[in-house]
Amino acid sequence: MNSDKITKAVLFSVSILILMLAAGMVYSLVGGAVPAFKAFGWQFIFSGEWNPTEGREEYGALPFIVGTLMTSFAALLLCLPLSFSTSLFLGEYFRGTRVARILGILVDLLAGIPSIVYGLWGFYVLRPALIELGFGGRGFGIFTASLILAIMIIPYATSLSNEIISMVPNDLKEAAYSLGATRLEVIATVTIPNARSGIVAGYILAFGRALGETMAVTMLVGNTNVVPSSFFDTGNTMASVIANQFGEADGLKLSSLIAIGLLLFLITGIINAVGKLIIKKMN
Amino acid sequence: MESIQALKNQDHSSGRLLKDKLVLIGVVILSLVTISPIMLIIFKLVMEGYRQISLDFLIQNTPDTFEAMTAVANGEKIPGGIANGIVGTLVMVVLAAVIAIPVGVLTGIYLYENQGKMMANLTRNVSDILQGVPSIVLGLISYLWVVKHVTSGYSALAGSVSLAIMMLPMIVRSTEETLKMIPQTLKEAALALGVPYHKVILRVLVPTGFSGLLTGILLGISRILGETAPLLLTALGSSRINLDISEPTSAIPLLIWEFYNDPNMIDLIWSSSLLLMAIVLILNIVSKQLAGKRN
Repeated sequence: MNSDKITKAVLFSVSILILMLAAGMVYSLVGGAVPAFKAFGWQFIFSGEWNPTEGREEYGALPFIVGTLMTSFAALLLCLPLSFSTSLFLGEYFRGTRVARILGILVDLLAGIPSIVYGLWGFYVLRPALIELGFGGRGFGIFTASLILAIMIIPYATSLSNEIISMVPNDLKEAAYSLGATRLEVIATVTIPNARSGIVAGYILAFGRALGETMAVTMLVGNTNVVPSSFFDTGNTMASVIANQFGEADGLKLSSLIAIGLLLFLITGIINAVGKLIIKKMN
Repeated sequence: MESIQALKNQDHSSGRLLKDKLVLIGVVILSLVTISPIMLIIFKLVMEGYRQISLDFLIQNTPDTFEAMTAVANGEKIPGGIANGIVGTLVMVVLAAVIAIPVGVLTGIYLYENQGKMMANLTRNVSDILQGVPSIVLGLISYLWVVKHVTSGYSALAGSVSLAIMMLPMIVRSTEETLKMIPQTLKEAALALGVPYHKVILRVLVPTGFSGLLTGILLGISRILGETAPLLLTALGSSRINLDISEPTSAIPLLIWEFYNDPNMIDLIWSSSLLLMAIVLILNIVSKQLAGKRN
């Protein structure tokens, strides 16, 4: 009996450890960000100034927040037709077939490619191809980064909606077929409405992934510290500015980078919580 | 009969069937486009990378930029290899696994044993949120904790800690999911025999779910193997093999980043990426195979 109590206590304390880990992360990020917020106040979030010159140091996170949102939204839009078609292929048109299984494995493999390899491929294959197509400049920018991000988030966007689509009850679909509906009409009027919230949740989670991607974006986004003026402009995301500027950072600059990390942590946390909440509501 | 024909004609005229076909064709084409990047990426890695791979590539340290420059200028293969990166990756991944596996498995067991309780729900939600934290933020955390306060400098330990935090939620989740699939009766039979609780866990739950746990662990390892961003902020890199976990250490992805930034070393990026990709894919396939066998 006594050993049972010890076992339970061990299990309990380990799960407390997880909670403390999360609390500690927030505590440390906030602690590290305090100097930046003390120096610039809330203006830190809304200022587009990024000036590391000593004596006139001024840091604002706006260019990176805008850059992150632009790349991630564009990536989501670009990935939508591809991943949605793939979900229909896997979960509806060819469900359970050998072709679907192989396609599913290949899509899963996309999730296994390291970010830095995507970055290399984007730099040496995609970027020259874009220049060839007449995208001007040296091929860096929000658009190029979004394109590679779109490929990277496809497996995350596909897996959930594929699962949900294949779970839509057969008798609902058969009822529509018996009324003479074509397959497309069944998909549009039965499958998608029934799977809607799951599909939305999948894309929200994929968006959350895109927000935090670092290496591939760093290698393609162009690394300029001003608010990008268009999708074809160069920029920087919150993750890429940390990766880029961390090496030479201390004092106020380091604190500003940590503050950007804190903001990124909060934004991805909120996005993921919303996605998980929708999934939970569904069940 | 006639009326059916009439109906079909009507369908054709309104284009319903045509639309149906067109959408199907569109779905197939777009699905093929979706999987083309993986083919193109692997093709590029193999074509550009296989020439540099040799025994030397696996057992020698990275050359300095001058050696590489001379070799390139003379039209020779770049000497040396990425042994420092291979060893560094091995050290950091093993250390991360040693940290993350016990905590993750125990937490998974706790969640499984306390379904529906508030504390378990809280832990599960927090663990899910941890899974969504961008890896670069985990790098910052480990920098603030380990680099600044424990090893007072960049170190393999700091790298491992960031990788361990990344791996932890995946193990928690896969452990809980695996245990949920074990028949309740197995556990009850052991408890009925008066087996102490910790032995039920060690002798019944863990062995029965072993392949499931292993799948989760392997998938977790395959995810952290290719991580670059957190290591940039924690392990920094080193040009020689280093086994001291309190010292800066290299890793395969870190070396790819260094090669990418050094025009003389460009030839090495593809072979290093090919090696990294091969390890990750093999781990992926092995773990999927394990998962397949279980079902």
